[in-house]
Amino acid sequence: MTSAAAASPGRATGTTGLAGRWMGRIWYYLPAVTVFAAAIGTWELAVRNIDLRGLPIPAPSAILTALVDNWSNGRWPLAKAAEATLFEAVGGLAIGTVLGVAIALLTARFATAREVLVPLAIGASAVPIIAFAPLMNNWFGVLSPLSKMMIVAVLVFFPVVVNVTRGLTQVEPSALELMRSYAASEWTILRALRLPNALPYFFTALKIGTTLSLIGAIVGEYFGGTSDVLGRVVVQSASALRFDVSWAAIVLAAIAGIALYLVTVAIERAVIPWHASVRSLEP
Amino acid sequence: MTVLNVPHSTPDPAVPVVRIAAVDKTFVSDHARVTTALQGIDLEIRRGEFVSLIGPSGCGKSTLLRLIGDLVAPTAGRVLVNDKSANRARRDRDYGIVFQAPVLFDWRSVEDNVKLPLELMGYDAARRTARAREMLELVELGDFLHHHPYQLSGGMQQRVAIARALAFEPSILLMDEPFGALDEMTRERMNQEVQRIWERTGITVVFVTHSIPEAVFLSSRVVVMSSRPGRITDVVEIDLPRPRDVATREQRRYFELVTAVREALRRGGADAVVADELGGEPGTFGGSIDRAAVEGGIG
Repeated sequence: MTSAAAASPGRATGTTGLAGRWMGRIWYYLPAVTVFAAAIGTWELAVRNIDLRGLPIPAPSAILTALVDNWSNGRWPLAKAAEATLFEAVGGLAIGTVLGVAIALLTARFATAREVLVPLAIGASAVPIIAFAPLMNNWFGVLSPLSKMMIVAVLVFFPVVVNVTRGLTQVEPSALELMRSYAASEWTILRALRLPNALPYFFTALKIGTTLSLIGAIVGEYFGGTSDVLGRVVVQSASALRFDVSWAAIVLAAIAGIALYLVTVAIERAVIPWHASVRSLEP
Repeated sequence: MTVLNVPHSTPDPAVPVVRIAAVDKTFVSDHARVTTALQGIDLEIRRGEFVSLIGPSGCGKSTLLRLIGDLVAPTAGRVLVNDKSANRARRDRDYGIVFQAPVLFDWRSVEDNVKLPLELMGYDAARRTARAREMLELVELGDFLHHHPYQLSGGMQQRVAIARALAFEPSILLMDEPFGALDEMTRERMNQEVQRIWERTGITVVFVTHSIPEAVFLSSRVVVMSSRPGRITDVVEIDLPRPRDVATREQRRYFELVTAVREALRRGGADAVVADELGGEPGTFGGSIDRAAVEGGIG
């Protein structure tokens, strides 16, 4: 049939081989990498050549030096701090995601729960929840990583609830009719239709969550806690006028955030390779 | 493989597959506005028949199809399928259904999409594979088992949907404007294909369509409906010889029947057609199940 010819598998495998794909990737990322390198270079040159008295911005090279010098020793051991903060962030992300998915399943299952909880969740996700950070420190112990995890969990919770509920309920009407034509039980419909349908929404929420998790952890740390975490390192080194160390901590936080995000994207690609959002992520 | 071995015989009038008696269907919209989708519907469909439901938008032909499938319940009257309630027939998986959209699951391969009903119905793995492949051969997609739906053209996706509907050997195939989204060329080819499948399987088909040529080409009977409220205004017997092919579409008898259906539609109220095209299609189930989904959730 002609229609068979029209939809050859070419679209799936791409037009080129492995080498070509790598070339494609390089060309795809080259502009971004170039702009980034240029920005860092300009920064470095500006700090070295322009008198920025009164504006304490360390050069990228100084930040790098501070990063290396304070990696595992000194007053602010950065590696340990980054590890502790990442632990809080991931722990909180896990708690918030699990709770969020559980509530989403309930709201999708019960109309009353949905009518009550979804507007609340949408409202709550517009609230600057970070304002609760001092309270969480108070409730769960300012020195315990759990207090930071709970801040993160609350931040992550609402986008997960809203997105996953949407994924579970916004199913194609005819897909529901199809399942009903098979006399499928609600449980079967959940397993075979709603859960797979919700996966892309879940990953959207998780990607929002990874960003929020580091924000939550670090801001939580600003309000107090043990000194071996990135947030405390930023606060203390800044008040000691060691801005190179503050920047090094910020760079580490950025790297941790990007790493978390990339891990999530990798999982997403592995789990839902069929979804349009993943398919279109070329090369 | 029983279904392919059933020889297609002339419809046996003694065994009505579908019996619809004095059925009304009204929908109540959000603002308590009552829409009468169907009124006083009487229809019998015999075993092995190919019956098309044709009519303007809003005439309730899709609703009528869904009544047979027990996807909506009648407000009044009785729907019997295979001599039992439509609900019982649905639970017995007596019918397969094909929608205007293919409704394939993106996360499943072509083969796994066809296996979906077989999984739900407890076929063992070996039989699932055998059945799915057999059905995909039947719709000439045997080479596309491991493709994903998004890698197929619209016509191919719809053929997968047909394979899926036939996989568990239902005795009835319900088709709701299955080729409405396809271009004319593909549509004619699909018509040919559906006719071939119908002749090979001997299955009873209820086919909703907007297209007069499609209805005439495929059907043994064309049920003509009018809108507001949806009623059956005429039934046109299609006595074109089988198998029908491209040449059929050029026969004088074919044109006569096309004209007969067109005039029956006009008698049913062509003015209403225009009004309905503007007013949307309140009789179809799309909006209602949407609401049901919101209200019922996964409960």
